[in-house]
Amino acid sequence: MGRERLSSLFARTRAEGRAVLLPYMTAGLPDPGTSLALFEAMAGAGADGFEVGIPYTDPLMDGPVIQQGSERAIEAGTSPDVALELVAAVVESTGLPVLVMTYANPILHRGVDEFVAVAAEAGADGVIVPDLPVEESGPLRRAADRHGLGVVQFVAPTSGTARIEAVAAADPCFVYAVAEMGVTGERAEAGGRLDGLVGRIRAVTDVPVVAGVGISTPSQAAAAARVADGVIVGSALVRRVLEADSPDAATSELAQAVADLAAAVR
Amino acid sequence: MTIKLDRPDERGRFGEFGGRFAPETLMPALEELETAFAEAWSDPEFRTEFSEILTTYIGRPTPLHPARSLSEHLGVEVLLKREDLAHTGAHKINNAIGQGLLARRMGKPRVIAETGAGQHGVATATAAAYFGLDCTVYMGEVDIERQALNVLRMEILGAEVVAVRTGAGTLKDAVSEAMRDWVRTVEDTHYVIGSVVGPHPFPWMVREFQRVIGEEVLGQMGDDLPDVVVACVGGGSNAMGIFHPLAERGIELVGIEAAGEGIDTGRHGASIGAGTPGVLHGSATYLLQDEQGRVREAHSISAGLDYPGVGPEHAYFHQTGLARYESVTDDEALEGVELLARTEGIIPALESAHAIAWVARERRRLEGRRVLVNLSGRGDKDVEEIGKRR
Ligand SMILES: Cc1ncc(COP(=O)(O)O)c(C=O)c1O
Repeated sequence: MGRERLSSLFARTRAEGRAVLLPYMTAGLPDPGTSLALFEAMAGAGADGFEVGIPYTDPLMDGPVIQQGSERAIEAGTSPDVALELVAAVVESTGLPVLVMTYANPILHRGVDEFVAVAAEAGADGVIVPDLPVEESGPLRRAADRHGLGVVQFVAPTSGTARIEAVAAADPCFVYAVAEMGVTGERAEAGGRLDGLVGRIRAVTDVPVVAGVGISTPSQAAAAARVADGVIVGSALVRRVLEADSPDAATSELAQAVADLAAAVR
Repeated sequence: MTIKLDRPDERGRFGEFGGRFAPETLMPALEELETAFAEAWSDPEFRTEFSEILTTYIGRPTPLHPARSLSEHLGVEVLLKREDLAHTGAHKINNAIGQGLLARRMGKPRVIAETGAGQHGVATATAAAYFGLDCTVYMGEVDIERQALNVLRMEILGAEVVAVRTGAGTLKDAVSEAMRDWVRTVEDTHYVIGSVVGPHPFPWMVREFQRVIGEEVLGQMGDDLPDVVVACVGGGSNAMGIFHPLAERGIELVGIEAAGEGIDTGRHGASIGAGTPGVLHGSATYLLQDEQGRVREAHSISAGLDYPGVGPEHAYFHQTGLARYESVTDDEALEGVELLARTEGIIPALESAHAIAWVARERRRLEGRRVLVNLSGRGDKDVEEIGKRR
């Protein structure tokens, strides 16, 4: 459980000579009742773990698709508690590692330690908080340590060596390499700066590097998988759920998309 | 606790408030901006150029106007600091020129801004025209509707105005969208934030650019300082601009937030008065949020006060008692507009009318004291809205 489960996932896939696929999905889509089925379908299609987003009113790092997904999930009644219940169900049903993604305010509002305790209780293995850079993530990291969870820290194409060193010193469970400048969303071209970025990270630390932001197609995922230890795809999957005519259609569309991506990272 | 009035600490904190809760993609730019501003601000050449522009272009110092008939009407001596007479019609231009100058110094060819009332958008579009920069302004669609005059002004000045349709379509959403633009474009774009909000160094930098208001008051009033200073608080830049130089001098500093339809209706913008600590738009501060820590929508008749957060230094001023924060409703503000118009021949912005309305409401308590109101802007942009409510 917890951070160790993530370490052993990366150890295994490194030995297999492939990257992991971590689909991002907002909790509570298309509605809280159907949400688990989406994760089960993605697990069946070859996902190695999940980034589960707790829908938030002000997702600063997210583009229009995930914003809309968050709005819809909140309207459908996905509170943070409902989202964490879903995490528990996903862990129990799929047995795959789960990272909980949220923003700083809901965590601070609940109390950092209590939030981490509840996430750990639900069976989550790590947390991703895009507006907690290393300078502000100390309290979260200490709480996560106490509960055996990992914390993800970001590195962007603009981050210099000193910042990458600070991220490494913060002992993240993996480094999230931001593949594209900008917020989450699909792009025709992506990852042009990723090779250089991953190289700069690897020069400093050997913790796993997972690429995300702007990666949406199998060919983009394949390119990222050649340099990184893992790939996160979000908007392309959330969009399929938002556009689907029915929960069944969402499930089968998603399974197909994840199967294509899973093949691409291998 | 020792109160710190100068720079925030190295983490950008004013006490427990402030900081830098920003995506990693922006962190290097925020570090670069902090260094660039600190260098510029201690460079006499930069300071000279800034004050020359303030004088010859903006028309500073703005007058200190003894509002004799308003004073007579209320039975309280009222003075007005006339930021409404600054070029473009509000205090926002002080900051926009400062940041425009800095953007040019940093070699950024493009600026972006958010705007609520449109005054900061107009100010940024003006600064961009003045310095020859490209300019994009994010504005909520509700605000585009209620501040139509300013949208036209921005477009005439050559700025692109982008309508923001997410959330309530007001100031909070415009800030979020501007930040999202900046995450993508940060390498060649400077974000001219419009108030003392956002991640460090913005609250500090904007306060420094707005301090000219209070510094002029010190020069204009000499030893004869007022007993009370009142300013409206959206993000809090006009208030901090006048409060900061006047703090710890035995003057009562009062910030007026928007009570909207009434604090008890839940439809208001009183982040300090009715909010709780949290994180919004990159800094730790007071904000309006629900029991799950999700940000609540604010409400105010004035677009500039329709914001669920407040600058972190105001949170600090509140916590340390350096200033007090009260609130005024939409209806009271509308009466404030008419009162100032009829007594002094000045139509104030709806934002500024909150400060006037507070003096009118509290006149008995204020009897015998000299009250200085920061008249942050003029009301041309609001006449249509005011007309609808008469
Ligand atoms: C005239 C005027 N006053 C006040 C404000 C509120 O901003 P702040 O609190 O930063 O002064 C605005 C904002 O748009 C404004 O236009």
